Amino acid sequence: MSSSSSYLTGAKRWMIAGIVLAVVVSMFSAQFNRYHLGIIVDIGINIILAVSLNLINGHTGQFSLGHAGFMAVGGYTAAKISLVVSPMLPPALQPLIFLVALIAGGLLAALAGFGVGVPSLRLKGDYLAIVTLGFGEIIRVIVQNMEAVGAASGLKGIPKYTTLGWTFGLAAVTIYFVTSLVNSTYGRGFIAVSDDEVAASSMGINPVRYKVTAFVTGAFFAGIAGGLYAHHKQFLSPTGFDFLKSIDIVVMVILGGMGRTAGVVVAAIILTLLPEVLRQFSEYRMIIYSLLIIVLMMARPQGLFTWNRKKGAA
Amino acid sequence: MDWLLQQLINGLALGSIYALIALGYTMVYGVLRFINFAHADVLMLGAYAAYFLAPAVNSVIPLPSLTGAVIVTLISVMICTGIGILIEFLAYRPLRKRPRLTVLITAIGVSLFIEFTCQHSAVFGADTKPFPQLLPEHDYHFGGLVVSSNDLVVVVTTLLLLAGLWFIVQRTKMGTAMRAVSHNQQAAALMGININRIISFTFGLGSALAAIAGILYAMKAPGIDPLMGVQPGLRAFIAAVLGGIGNLPGAALGGLILGLLETFAGGISGLSNYRDGIAFAILILILLFKPAGLLGKATVEKV
Amino acid sequence: MLRRTFLPLAAVSLLLPACNKSGGDGITIGEFASLTGKEATFGISSHEGTVLAVETLNAAGGVLGKKIDLLTEDNQSKAGETSNVVNKLISKDGAVAILGEVASSRSLEAAPICQQNGIPMVSPASTNPKVTETGDCIFRVCFIDPFQGTVMANFVTNTLKAKKVAVFTDVKSDYSKGLAKFFKEGFIKAGGQIAAELDFNGGDKDFKAQLTAIKSAAPDAVFVPGYYTDVALIAIQAKQLGLSVPLCGGDGWESQTLLDIGKDAVEGHYFSTHYASDAASPGVQAFVASYKKRYNGKVPDAMAALGYDSAMFLADAIKRAGSTDSKAIRDALAATKDYEAVTGKIAINAQRDAVKSAVILQVKDGKFKYLETVAP
Repeated sequence: MSSSSSYLTGAKRWMIAGIVLAVVVSMFSAQFNRYHLGIIVDIGINIILAVSLNLINGHTGQFSLGHAGFMAVGGYTAAKISLVVSPMLPPALQPLIFLVALIAGGLLAALAGFGVGVPSLRLKGDYLAIVTLGFGEIIRVIVQNMEAVGAASGLKGIPKYTTLGWTFGLAAVTIYFVTSLVNSTYGRGFIAVSDDEVAASSMGINPVRYKVTAFVTGAFFAGIAGGLYAHHKQFLSPTGFDFLKSIDIVVMVILGGMGRTAGVVVAAIILTLLPEVLRQFSEYRMIIYSLLIIVLMMARPQGLFTWNRKKGAA
Repeated sequence: MDWLLQQLINGLALGSIYALIALGYTMVYGVLRFINFAHADVLMLGAYAAYFLAPAVNSVIPLPSLTGAVIVTLISVMICTGIGILIEFLAYRPLRKRPRLTVLITAIGVSLFIEFTCQHSAVFGADTKPFPQLLPEHDYHFGGLVVSSNDLVVVVTTLLLLAGLWFIVQRTKMGTAMRAVSHNQQAAALMGININRIISFTFGLGSALAAIAGILYAMKAPGIDPLMGVQPGLRAFIAAVLGGIGNLPGAALGGLILGLLETFAGGISGLSNYRDGIAFAILILILLFKPAGLLGKATVEKV
Repeated sequence: MLRRTFLPLAAVSLLLPACNKSGGDGITIGEFASLTGKEATFGISSHEGTVLAVETLNAAGGVLGKKIDLLTEDNQSKAGETSNVVNKLISKDGAVAILGEVASSRSLEAAPICQQNGIPMVSPASTNPKVTETGDCIFRVCFIDPFQGTVMANFVTNTLKAKKVAVFTDVKSDYSKGLAKFFKEGFIKAGGQIAAELDFNGGDKDFKAQLTAIKSAAPDAVFVPGYYTDVALIAIQAKQLGLSVPLCGGDGWESQTLLDIGKDAVEGHYFSTHYASDAASPGVQAFVASYKKRYNGKVPDAMAALGYDSAMFLADAIKRAGSTDSKAIRDALAATKDYEAVTGKIAINAQRDAVKSAVILQVKDGKFKYLETVAP
């Protein structure tokens, strides 16, 4: 008993350490090469995306192929709020507006997650995968036709609010939140639902509640990641949130081992760096990627980073 | 009235192609219980096979002509059947005992692998290539209606293939074995059926259909590119689920319905941009109210 | 576990300061283009034109005595990739100027980055007005869609004598949407009537549903401001449906692929573009000849010519600036009043757009035939 509570306090300590480190490093970020800085921020955003998807795919055993849709909802919402509100306010208030925009994006994405989670209740495996893919595409098509967010031309001129501090601070928060959630007594329900839904429900665990919670929470953080992404790239286009983007995130989760937060984080780092490192082979990148998926599934479907996995631990 | 009839014809032609592709999805699902994402890419490979074969065949039998078209199609079908069986052997057979999700992700990997390899300039290149004319084309005018010979060929071919497929599945030994394997793999094995052979056969059959669908599709829209299978594949997949996945007549029905819906929606101003989304919305609605599809049977999960 | 998560992050962040830009003896020019993916033919064309220009310049001794170092990056016709590659070209490779792109949406992605870094960007063929509106470092060597739309609107009214026109727009391309909008404005101003407005998704293969609806609106002509692959298929299916009125479009039509795929279905239709390879001017003919020599007899299309022009134009500005300082280059670019390019005389206006004429071509006997020039 006492070990688990000190574990939790330990986790909180790590999160705060992570946030502080992020903010401190961020203050020196003007010294860094802009190109490399961009990649590091990409890593942070992908960590949030991978960890949030991991909650749905890994811990709860659902198969969501539409995560990019939630990212899109969050990104566009946050961007629109920034674009509309920030010209009206003094620069000093900008961080506050950014936070508000991010949270608003996350909440709207969570709503979308609810919308996706509920129909998914009756579906399993392949069907679920296709429905989530469908939702991702529907979101993309809607955005592509909304003049208010630039439609197919995209939304440009988004102010550059994302910094190292924000990104890794929020990444720390996401990791903490997801792992604490899953490691809590309540959170055991996620893993129970993933293992055997019928057995879980006969134990009194409501799979409906867990599945929907997983989707809503996962979507919320994906939305936050989307907001960070929008204020980093300063340009959003609906084609950037298509099926391939969702697959990108899914591969990170698979590579890291479904349900292993640490593994997923490392996978996110590697899979963000890899295309940049291999840029001279960029024409082979997707070929290598797809081969990687096939080989992984055949040789090590539990992921690359699953050493000493305690059953059920995150 | 003319407009309506014309859209009907358009929709039937489009729906027939979707039906052909959907049959492949549904057969593989029936036998192996997973969605072969790479199916759509076999469609593309069929079209490219025809593209490369056409000049060679042309030097022997001048194209466009019926004989030439049939020869090109037959050879392309053989190539794609071989490819389909190869994919099953290399990528899916080793995973036979694994969870379905693993295989699904592998299928996605195979699909992406084929698409991106073909996009590489050393293979096919990402640009759109002009598809050669295989069949002589006529447009038949009935009053205000225009029926192009291509559309007729598509519909007739689909009907013939459907009939042939029905015959194989219902009246031949192979077909009975296929049905047995899709009901219960273990029991079928106990009855002396060679599961591997049946599965290979199913894949081969599905790939053959996909290749023909690919050629028909390329005849309709003679610009081929390595990603040409993605959209029709997605629609055909939705059609298969719509009709009840694992159910052959359901797949054909689903294909036709989707083709018609898409055509009618596409002709309405303001709705046409949402075509992609509409197809998926239909899918989600159907799955919500009839999770097993229109003609499918709901299976009870045994605990 | 968490320890394993945070330590790598911390380690990575500490590696950052140790990075510098690469130096070198030549003038580093960055180019980004869609070399693979959906608009690959455009990207490849403009790239070939640019490479020809750079090779020609380097063979003649370079600019200001130094060779031009052209660094090309592919954005795979994908959204999101452009910002990565442009950031890399500027921050990692130290480019003093950037060339790119054809597709307006991707130029729009690159422009803010170039602007923020003070690096001048020259787009060969993006026609959407918003590209140069981003800031004073962004230039283009082609005309913009408000002009192009009006050109076609007037052509359709005066030459084709069309009173009712249907507009068929690619809803996925902001080039198409922009051009359609400007065409509609111009056409209505010239007294015409829009018979029907329908949309398609670029990359679609089946247009019969929309074409049937267009046919039942009985227009005198159809304006299809799309890209060549889609237009070819649209022309074929229009013909199959018995829609026999002329089709018109913009510079997105211009590619050999339109003719290869469309064959006789595209015969007789019209489009506006930047230049005609069969124009009589000696500048054009010299360019066509050297392009054919370099690329095995391939005839250069408008994108190739514009790619060539953008590089030559930039080099000329560097020469006039007398230095490789980005700000000086930018000022030299902005001051251009009179640069003779293959695609016409380039005069950069206050919005940093090139004020140029358009040409109208018709597909005749399986080739693009020059019809007329329209001055701004």
